[in-house]
Amino acid sequence: MDTHATVPDSAEASLHAPTSEIEHAHPTWSTYWKVALILTIITVGEVWAYYIPSFVASRGFVPTLLILSAVKFGIVVMFYMHLKYDHRLFRVLFTGPLLIAALTLLALMFLFGHLFIKIT
Amino acid sequence: MATAAHTHVVHTSAPTHHHYTTLGLDSRKVAIWAFIGSECMLFVSLISTYLIYKGRSVIGPFPHESWTDPSTGQVFKPILNIPVTSASTFVLLMSSLFMVLALAAVQNKELPKRTTGERILGNSKLWLFMTALAGATFLGFQAYEFTSFVHEGLSIRRNLFGSTFFTLTGFHGAHVTAGVLWLCTMLAIDYRRNLTSKDSLLVDICALYWHFVDVVWIAIFTLVYLIK
Repeated sequence: MDTHATVPDSAEASLHAPTSEIEHAHPTWSTYWKVALILTIITVGEVWAYYIPSFVASRGFVPTLLILSAVKFGIVVMFYMHLKYDHRLFRVLFTGPLLIAALTLLALMFLFGHLFIKIT
Repeated sequence: MATAAHTHVVHTSAPTHHHYTTLGLDSRKVAIWAFIGSECMLFVSLISTYLIYKGRSVIGPFPHESWTDPSTGQVFKPILNIPVTSASTFVLLMSSLFMVLALAAVQNKELPKRTTGERILGNSKLWLFMTALAGATFLGFQAYEFTSFVHEGLSIRRNLFGSTFFTLTGFHGAHVTAGVLWLCTMLAIDYRRNLTSKDSLLVDICALYWHFVDVVWIAIFTLVYLIK
Protein backbone atom coordinates (compact mmCIF):
# COMPACT_ATOMS: atom_id res chain seq x y z
CA MET A 1 0.00 0.00 0.00
CA ASP A 2 1.23 3.45 -0.82
CA THR A 3 1.61 5.13 2.53
CA HIS A 4 2.08 8.53 0.89
CA ALA A 5 -1.46 8.50 -0.39
CA THR A 6 -2.87 8.55 3.12
CA VAL A 7 -3.22 11.26 5.69
CA PRO A 8 -0.63 10.44 8.35
CA ASP A 9 -1.41 9.89 12.01
CA SER A 10 -0.26 12.35 14.64
CA ALA A 11 3.21 10.83 14.88
CA GLU A 12 3.70 11.15 11.15
CA ALA A 13 1.96 14.47 10.89
CA SER A 14 5.02 16.56 11.51
CA LEU A 15 7.02 14.53 9.01
CA HIS A 16 4.37 14.92 6.34
CA ALA A 17 3.33 18.44 7.20
CA PRO A 18 3.43 21.05 4.44
CA THR A 19 6.84 22.46 3.77
CA SER A 20 5.94 25.91 5.04
CA GLU A 21 5.09 24.49 8.47
CA ILE A 22 8.42 22.75 8.87
CA GLU A 23 10.66 25.53 7.66
CA HIS A 24 11.49 28.90 9.11
CA ALA A 25 9.15 31.80 8.59
CA HIS A 26 9.56 33.70 5.35
CA PRO A 27 10.75 37.34 5.34
CA THR A 28 8.32 40.13 6.08
CA TRP A 29 6.97 42.74 3.65
CA SER A 30 9.50 45.31 4.88
CA THR A 31 12.35 42.88 4.09
CA TYR A 32 11.02 42.50 0.54
CA TRP A 33 10.96 46.29 0.06
CA LYS A 34 14.50 46.63 1.42
CA VAL A 35 15.72 43.87 -0.92
CA ALA A 36 14.07 45.62 -3.89
CA LEU A 37 15.79 48.88 -2.89
CA ILE A 38 19.19 47.17 -2.66
CA LEU A 39 18.67 45.50 -6.06
CA THR A 40 17.73 48.84 -7.61
CA ILE A 41 20.75 50.61 -6.10
CA ILE A 42 23.12 47.90 -7.36
CA THR A 43 21.57 48.06 -10.86
CA VAL A 44 21.91 51.85 -10.93
CA GLY A 45 25.54 51.44 -9.82
CA GLU A 46 26.22 48.94 -12.61
CA VAL A 47 24.76 51.20 -15.30
CA TRP A 48 26.56 54.22 -13.85
CA ALA A 49 29.87 52.32 -14.00
CA TYR A 50 29.18 51.53 -17.67
CA TYR A 51 29.21 55.25 -18.48
CA ILE A 52 32.56 56.02 -16.80
CA PRO A 53 35.14 55.53 -19.61
CA SER A 54 38.16 55.51 -17.31
CA PHE A 55 36.59 52.79 -15.15
CA VAL A 56 35.48 50.77 -18.19
CA ALA A 57 39.08 50.86 -19.46
CA SER A 58 40.47 49.76 -16.09
CA ARG A 59 41.12 46.14 -15.08
CA GLY A 60 38.59 46.38 -12.27
CA PHE A 61 35.56 46.96 -14.49
CA VAL A 62 34.70 43.38 -15.43
CA PRO A 63 35.35 41.85 -11.97
CA THR A 64 33.29 44.63 -10.34
CA LEU A 65 30.33 44.00 -12.63
CA LEU A 66 30.58 40.24 -12.16
CA ILE A 67 30.66 40.62 -8.37
CA LEU A 68 27.70 43.04 -8.37
CA SER A 69 25.76 40.70 -10.64
CA ALA A 70 26.57 37.73 -8.39
CA VAL A 71 25.41 39.71 -5.34
CA LYS A 72 22.09 40.52 -7.06
CA PHE A 73 21.72 36.89 -8.12
CA GLY A 74 22.37 35.70 -4.57
CA ILE A 75 20.00 38.21 -2.98
CA VAL A 76 17.11 37.23 -5.27
CA VAL A 77 17.73 33.52 -4.77
CA MET A 78 18.10 33.77 -0.98
CA PHE A 79 15.32 36.24 -0.14
CA TYR A 80 12.81 36.19 -3.02
CA MET A 81 13.14 32.48 -3.80
CA HIS A 82 13.39 31.81 -0.03
CA LEU A 83 16.33 29.46 -0.49
CA LYS A 84 17.85 30.85 2.71
CA TYR A 85 14.78 29.74 4.65
CA ASP A 86 13.79 26.58 2.77
CA HIS A 87 14.82 22.96 3.12
CA ARG A 88 18.45 22.17 2.25
CA LEU A 89 17.36 19.69 -0.42
CA PHE A 90 16.19 22.66 -2.50
CA ARG A 91 19.60 24.28 -2.05
CA VAL A 92 21.23 21.09 -3.33
CA LEU A 93 18.81 20.86 -6.27
CA PHE A 94 19.63 24.44 -7.28
CA THR A 95 23.30 24.89 -6.45
CA GLY A 96 24.35 21.43 -7.70
CA PRO A 97 23.36 21.99 -11.34
CA LEU A 98 24.43 25.65 -11.10
CA LEU A 99 27.90 24.60 -9.95
CA ILE A 100 28.21 22.01 -12.73
CA ALA A 101 27.05 24.60 -15.26
CA ALA A 102 29.46 27.26 -13.94
CA LEU A 103 32.40 24.84 -14.08
CA THR A 104 31.43 23.87 -17.63
CA LEU A 105 31.31 27.55 -18.56
CA LEU A 106 34.77 28.12 -17.09
CA ALA A 107 36.14 25.03 -18.87
CA LEU A 108 34.73 26.25 -22.19
CA MET A 109 36.21 29.70 -21.64
CA PHE A 110 39.64 28.12 -21.11
CA LEU A 111 39.14 25.77 -24.05
CA PHE A 112 38.29 28.58 -26.47
CA GLY A 113 41.02 30.88 -25.21
CA HIS A 114 38.89 33.52 -23.48
CA LEU A 115 40.59 32.74 -20.17
CA PHE A 116 44.15 31.60 -19.73
CA ILE A 117 46.74 31.07 -17.04
CA LYS A 118 50.01 32.85 -17.71
CA ILE A 119 52.97 30.55 -17.02
CA THR A 120 56.26 32.46 -16.80
CA MET B 1 -11.66 -1.21 12.92
CA ALA B 2 -8.29 0.30 12.39
CA THR B 3 -8.47 -0.63 8.76
CA ALA B 4 -11.91 0.85 8.39
CA ALA B 5 -10.85 4.09 10.04
CA HIS B 6 -7.75 4.17 7.90
CA THR B 7 -9.75 3.67 4.74
CA HIS B 8 -12.10 6.45 5.76
CA VAL B 9 -9.17 8.80 6.21
CA VAL B 10 -7.86 7.88 2.79
CA HIS B 11 -11.16 8.79 1.16
CA THR B 12 -11.47 12.14 2.92
CA SER B 13 -7.89 13.06 2.20
CA ALA B 14 -8.08 12.42 -1.52
CA PRO B 15 -9.52 15.78 -2.60
CA THR B 16 -6.76 17.75 -0.83
CA HIS B 17 -4.17 16.38 -3.30
CA HIS B 18 -1.18 16.47 -0.97
CA HIS B 19 1.95 14.93 -2.49
CA TYR B 20 4.52 14.69 0.28
CA THR B 21 7.86 13.00 -0.14
CA THR B 22 9.46 10.97 2.65
CA LEU B 23 11.26 14.16 3.71
CA GLY B 24 7.92 15.86 4.33
CA LEU B 25 8.43 18.13 1.33
CA ASP B 26 5.75 18.60 -1.27
CA SER B 27 6.80 16.73 -4.39
CA ARG B 28 5.60 19.60 -6.61
CA LYS B 29 8.05 21.95 -4.94
CA VAL B 30 10.85 19.41 -5.26
CA ALA B 31 9.92 19.10 -8.94
CA ILE B 32 10.03 22.85 -9.61
CA TRP B 33 13.45 23.14 -7.96
CA ALA B 34 14.74 20.21 -10.03
CA PHE B 35 13.28 21.89 -13.12
CA ILE B 36 14.96 25.19 -12.20
CA GLY B 37 18.25 23.33 -11.74
CA SER B 38 17.95 21.90 -15.25
CA GLU B 39 17.01 25.32 -16.59
CA CYS B 40 20.21 26.71 -15.05
CA MET B 41 22.15 24.30 -17.24
CA LEU B 42 20.18 25.31 -20.34
CA PHE B 43 20.79 29.01 -19.85
CA VAL B 44 24.46 28.58 -18.92
CA SER B 45 24.93 26.63 -22.17
CA LEU B 46 23.35 29.51 -24.11
CA ILE B 47 25.42 32.10 -22.22
CA SER B 48 28.57 30.01 -22.83
CA THR B 49 27.84 29.96 -26.56
CA TYR B 50 27.39 33.74 -26.54
CA LEU B 51 30.64 34.30 -24.65
CA ILE B 52 32.63 31.87 -26.81
CA TYR B 53 31.61 33.70 -29.98
CA LYS B 54 31.86 37.17 -28.43
CA GLY B 55 34.09 39.43 -30.51
CA ARG B 56 34.43 36.85 -33.31
CA SER B 57 31.90 38.30 -35.73
CA VAL B 58 33.51 39.08 -39.07
CA ILE B 59 30.92 41.67 -40.11
CA GLY B 60 28.88 44.19 -38.09
CA PRO B 61 26.79 45.55 -36.55
CA PHE B 62 28.63 45.01 -33.27
CA PRO B 63 27.25 45.36 -29.75
CA HIS B 64 29.50 48.12 -28.41
CA GLU B 65 31.52 49.43 -31.37
CA SER B 66 30.58 51.12 -34.62
CA TRP B 67 31.41 49.41 -37.91
CA THR B 68 31.71 50.64 -41.48
CA ASP B 69 30.73 48.23 -44.24
CA PRO B 70 33.75 48.27 -46.62
CA SER B 71 31.64 47.41 -49.67
CA THR B 72 28.93 50.07 -49.25
CA GLY B 73 30.53 52.55 -46.86
CA GLN B 74 27.48 52.34 -44.61
CA VAL B 75 28.22 53.09 -40.97
CA PHE B 76 26.57 50.89 -38.34
CA LYS B 77 26.31 52.38 -34.84
CA PRO B 78 26.85 50.26 -31.71
CA ILE B 79 23.67 48.20 -31.62
CA LEU B 80 22.94 47.87 -27.89
CA ASN B 81 20.71 50.48 -26.30
CA ILE B 82 21.75 50.46 -22.65
CA PRO B 83 19.20 53.05 -21.34
CA VAL B 84 16.26 51.08 -22.77
CA THR B 85 17.59 47.75 -21.48
CA SER B 86 18.30 49.29 -18.07
CA ALA B 87 14.66 50.38 -17.90
CA SER B 88 13.44 46.89 -18.84
CA THR B 89 15.80 45.37 -16.25
CA PHE B 90 14.35 47.65 -13.59
CA VAL B 91 10.81 46.61 -14.61
CA LEU B 92 11.72 42.92 -14.30
CA LEU B 93 13.35 43.48 -10.90
CA MET B 94 10.19 45.24 -9.71
CA SER B 95 8.11 42.35 -11.04
CA SER B 96 9.98 40.08 -8.62
CA LEU B 97 9.03 42.41 -5.77
CA PHE B 98 5.38 42.31 -6.89
CA MET B 99 5.58 38.51 -7.05
CA VAL B 100 6.79 38.11 -3.45
CA LEU B 101 4.09 40.55 -2.35
CA ALA B 102 1.50 38.42 -4.18
CA LEU B 103 2.80 35.29 -2.45
CA ALA B 104 2.81 37.00 0.96
CA ALA B 105 -0.75 38.24 0.31
CA VAL B 106 -1.96 34.70 -0.43
CA GLN B 107 -0.08 33.23 2.54
CA ASN B 108 -1.60 35.84 4.89
CA LYS B 109 -5.06 35.86 3.30
CA GLU B 110 -6.86 34.90 6.50
CA LEU B 111 -5.14 37.52 8.69
CA PRO B 112 -7.30 40.54 9.55
CA LYS B 113 -6.52 43.70 7.54
CA ARG B 114 -7.09 46.77 9.68
CA THR B 115 -5.40 49.60 7.80
CA THR B 116 -5.55 50.65 4.15
CA GLY B 117 -1.87 49.73 3.79
CA GLU B 118 -2.54 46.22 5.07
CA ARG B 119 -5.50 45.86 2.70
CA ILE B 120 -3.32 46.92 -0.26
CA LEU B 121 -0.46 44.62 0.75
CA GLY B 122 -2.94 41.80 1.31
CA ASN B 123 -4.57 42.14 -2.10
CA SER B 124 -3.24 39.14 -4.04
CA LYS B 125 -5.17 40.06 -7.19
CA LEU B 126 -3.45 43.46 -7.33
CA TRP B 127 0.07 42.03 -6.96
CA LEU B 128 -0.52 39.15 -9.37
CA PHE B 129 -1.84 41.66 -11.91
CA MET B 130 1.13 43.99 -11.32
CA THR B 131 3.58 41.11 -11.80
CA ALA B 132 1.93 40.03 -15.04
CA LEU B 133 1.82 43.65 -16.22
CA ALA B 134 5.52 44.14 -15.45
CA GLY B 135 6.32 40.90 -17.29
CA ALA B 136 4.29 42.04 -20.30
CA THR B 137 6.05 45.43 -20.19
CA PHE B 138 9.42 43.67 -20.22
CA LEU B 139 8.27 41.70 -23.28
CA GLY B 140 7.21 44.98 -24.90
CA PHE B 141 10.71 46.38 -24.33
CA GLN B 142 12.20 43.22 -25.82
CA ALA B 143 9.91 43.39 -28.87
CA TYR B 144 10.96 47.03 -29.37
CA GLU B 145 14.63 46.09 -29.01
CA PHE B 146 14.42 43.19 -31.46
CA THR B 147 12.51 45.29 -34.01
CA SER B 148 14.97 48.18 -33.81
CA PHE B 149 17.92 45.78 -34.14
CA VAL B 150 16.45 44.26 -37.30
CA HIS B 151 15.83 47.76 -38.71
CA GLU B 152 19.44 48.67 -37.94
CA GLY B 153 20.69 45.63 -39.87
CA LEU B 154 21.18 42.97 -37.18
CA SER B 155 19.28 39.76 -37.81
CA ILE B 156 19.76 36.26 -36.41
CA ARG B 157 21.57 35.32 -39.67
CA ARG B 158 23.72 38.45 -39.97
CA ASN B 159 26.74 37.44 -37.86
CA LEU B 160 27.81 35.37 -34.84
CA PHE B 161 26.75 38.12 -32.47
CA GLY B 162 23.25 38.23 -33.98
CA SER B 163 22.87 34.43 -33.87
CA THR B 164 23.97 34.03 -30.26
CA PHE B 165 22.30 37.20 -29.01
CA PHE B 166 18.86 36.48 -30.49
CA THR B 167 19.03 32.82 -29.41
CA LEU B 168 19.92 33.70 -25.81
CA THR B 169 17.56 36.62 -25.31
CA GLY B 170 14.86 34.93 -27.40
CA PHE B 171 14.92 31.87 -25.14
CA HIS B 172 14.70 34.14 -22.12
CA GLY B 173 11.81 36.05 -23.69
CA ALA B 174 10.00 32.77 -24.34
CA HIS B 175 10.40 31.89 -20.65
CA VAL B 176 9.05 35.31 -19.64
CA THR B 177 6.07 34.75 -21.97
CA ALA B 178 5.37 31.39 -20.32
CA GLY B 179 5.65 33.09 -16.92
CA VAL B 180 3.19 35.83 -17.88
CA LEU B 181 0.69 33.20 -19.08
CA TRP B 182 1.15 31.29 -15.81
CA LEU B 183 0.58 34.50 -13.82
CA CYS B 184 -2.56 35.27 -15.84
CA THR B 185 -3.79 31.76 -15.01
CA MET B 186 -3.17 32.35 -11.28
CA LEU B 187 -4.96 35.68 -11.53
CA ALA B 188 -7.94 34.03 -13.24
CA ILE B 189 -8.08 31.38 -10.48
CA ASP B 190 -7.93 34.16 -7.86
CA TYR B 191 -10.86 35.98 -9.50
CA ARG B 192 -12.83 32.77 -9.90
CA ARG B 193 -12.56 31.32 -6.41
CA ASN B 194 -10.29 33.60 -4.31
CA LEU B 195 -6.90 32.09 -3.54
CA THR B 196 -6.50 31.26 0.14
CA SER B 197 -3.49 30.36 2.27
CA LYS B 198 -4.17 26.72 1.36
CA ASP B 199 -3.29 27.63 -2.24
CA SER B 200 -0.02 29.29 -1.29
CA LEU B 201 2.04 26.42 -2.71
CA LEU B 202 0.51 26.99 -6.16
CA VAL B 203 1.57 30.63 -6.04
CA ASP B 204 4.93 29.70 -4.49
CA ILE B 205 5.77 27.40 -7.41
CA CYS B 206 4.75 30.07 -9.91
CA ALA B 207 6.84 32.62 -7.95
CA LEU B 208 9.92 30.38 -7.98
CA TYR B 209 9.72 30.12 -11.76
CA TRP B 210 9.24 33.87 -12.09
CA HIS B 211 12.21 34.70 -9.84
CA PHE B 212 14.33 32.25 -11.79
CA VAL B 213 13.50 34.13 -15.00
CA ASP B 214 14.57 37.29 -13.16
CA VAL B 215 17.93 35.91 -11.99
CA VAL B 216 18.69 34.67 -15.49
CA TRP B 217 18.14 38.21 -16.74
CA ILE B 218 20.44 39.58 -14.03
CA ALA B 219 23.21 37.42 -15.51
CA ILE B 220 22.32 38.27 -19.13
CA PHE B 221 22.17 42.01 -18.45
CA THR B 222 25.69 42.03 -17.05
CA LEU B 223 27.35 39.54 -19.39
CA VAL B 224 25.71 40.63 -22.64
CA TYR B 225 24.86 44.31 -22.21
CA LEU B 226 27.29 45.85 -19.73
CA ILE B 227 30.58 44.00 -20.19
CA LYS B 228 32.23 45.29 -23.34
